[in-house]
Amino acid sequence: MAAPRIPVFRLSRMQRTLLLAALAAIGLLIPLAANNYVLEVLTNAWFYAILCLGLNIVVGYAGLLDLGYAAFFAVGAYTTGILSSQYGINFWLTIPVAVACSMLAGLIIGGPTLRLRSDYLAIVTLGFGEIVRIIARNLDITGGASGLIGIDRPSILGLELSKGIHFYYVFLLLAMLACFVSFRLQHSRLGRAWHYVREDEDAAEAMGIDRVAVKLQAYVIGAMFGGVAGCFFAAKMTAISPETFTFAQSVLILLGVVMGGMGKIPGVIVGAFALVLFPEVFRSMGSMRMLIFGIVMLGIMLYRPEGIWPQRSGTGER
Amino acid sequence: MSTLDIILQQLANGLILGSFYALVALGYTMVYGIIKLLNFAHGDLYMAGGFLGFLVLSLVGALLGTGWTGILAAMLLSMLAVGLLGVIIQRIAYVPMLEAPRLSILITALAVSMILSNGVMAITDGEYLAFNTDLGFEGIDLGNVFISYTQLVLVISAALLMIILYLFVHKTLYGKAMRAIAIDQDACRLMGINVNRIIALTFFIGSSLAAAAGVMAGVYYGSLHFSMGFVIGLKAFTAAVIGGIGSIPGAMLGGLVLGLLEAFGTQMPFVGSEWKDVFSFGLLILLLIFKPTGLLGKTEIERM
Repeated sequence: MAAPRIPVFRLSRMQRTLLLAALAAIGLLIPLAANNYVLEVLTNAWFYAILCLGLNIVVGYAGLLDLGYAAFFAVGAYTTGILSSQYGINFWLTIPVAVACSMLAGLIIGGPTLRLRSDYLAIVTLGFGEIVRIIARNLDITGGASGLIGIDRPSILGLELSKGIHFYYVFLLLAMLACFVSFRLQHSRLGRAWHYVREDEDAAEAMGIDRVAVKLQAYVIGAMFGGVAGCFFAAKMTAISPETFTFAQSVLILLGVVMGGMGKIPGVIVGAFALVLFPEVFRSMGSMRMLIFGIVMLGIMLYRPEGIWPQRSGTGER
Repeated sequence: MSTLDIILQQLANGLILGSFYALVALGYTMVYGIIKLLNFAHGDLYMAGGFLGFLVLSLVGALLGTGWTGILAAMLLSMLAVGLLGVIIQRIAYVPMLEAPRLSILITALAVSMILSNGVMAITDGEYLAFNTDLGFEGIDLGNVFISYTQLVLVISAALLMIILYLFVHKTLYGKAMRAIAIDQDACRLMGINVNRIIALTFFIGSSLAAAAGVMAGVYYGSLHFSMGFVIGLKAFTAAVIGGIGSIPGAMLGGLVLGLLEAFGTQMPFVGSEWKDVFSFGLLILLLIFKPTGLLGKTEIERM
């Protein structure tokens, strides 16, 4: 069924730069006017924006369904958690280790399965997500079902990051970095290869694109985003438990990507904000949240498969 | 207990677990075989079947009792209702998506699964429901090994359902149409087969088998929970892949193999029951790496 066309706002390069600058200024200045509650919610929204941007590389750019994205987030969080709370290693030094571990996890899962049909990947990632959570729950080093506590707070130039406002800026900067990396990737040679593979795998391969390698790159880069987000999540919470990394968490991140419009950076950020703000605004619905999200997801797929803010395709700059 | 006793007891446990997996795997494999869709909502249809069976049993309980007669009535009604639910889901959610990119239909299936499980959660407040029956605890006592009559009846009814399905698919005209559609939909249309109706029929049968398994699981475990469909959905998919996805005898075989592997897997040293799920998902991943076509599957050549 044809979705009604939404008006497309076309801005000149100058206007777009101004708009971006204005949004960045709002993002930077808002903590001055916000109370702790608003700040916490916004921090959370930026955090989900990072995760959604990471998953967007896999789902939106490369067109692969990953149902276990929380696993990479878990790998990052647990690597930092274990190294910091049990071995007392400085937070900043745990990041490269966590990135390496999450990329390795991406390679292990993606490597063999990306050769198969893409639906197999969906179910394997689902299984993998569960495996990671169950392992975290049953090992001693991960603190079992109660998880890890006493993860060190990081400090920059002698300033210990401990207040809500510190983490607001940390996640805002990370989200901006994630946007920048996503943008550069989207318009790179690799980004165009992803687009091609997503639209027509066979034709892409005929044009000399190694589809397995290209998909694997998407998968591993997506895993890296999740890993980094996990590190900072662990540092912010100072405690992590396996129940943060459930299947529902993976679905939530996917929903953010789908809701805003797969493959489009502003869309994904809008999706992430919707994900976090919606339950805050409608607190009363509580346990019905996932049910409503399910209905929203179905509605979007049926009536507006490109998301709330779809990617402009066909005409335009390309 | 001697080693032989342990083996026999785990054989019994594995068989019953395997029959549940097989029944659910059948629906997965039939739907996949015919329209190449991984129906993520399939595990939730199993869950819905269990709850509907519970509902029917509490309604007819006064009339037929909560023994086997009542359970049979509950199972049949639940199969009918969930079968129709499956057809409705297919009509609303999957038919409009058949021409869309694969990613879209997978996300749609996921959304349906979320709606079903969270809908039941909202109705039941997330509580466990006790599935009370008066089947008693008698059984066959073989020294240290004990097999209850309930277990025996459940395994036999699962086997009966599978035999009926096998006969339906291989001996009737509808079954023939189903097998034909799995091979070439367009040719079937040209031959005058009502493809949409046969696909709906496939959903009906697959969903009602899942519902049967759901009611049986309710009877066997004695309780129901809205999240019970999630893990079994994954396990049944694993079973379908073990047997070769798209193959009906494969799903039956895969279900039994997975049930037995799990039952014996928990007996291995260092592999406690908390590692059971890791064991079977790990198996799935290894299988997809080394033998993605499964035990009875055919090598698929992708057509362009």
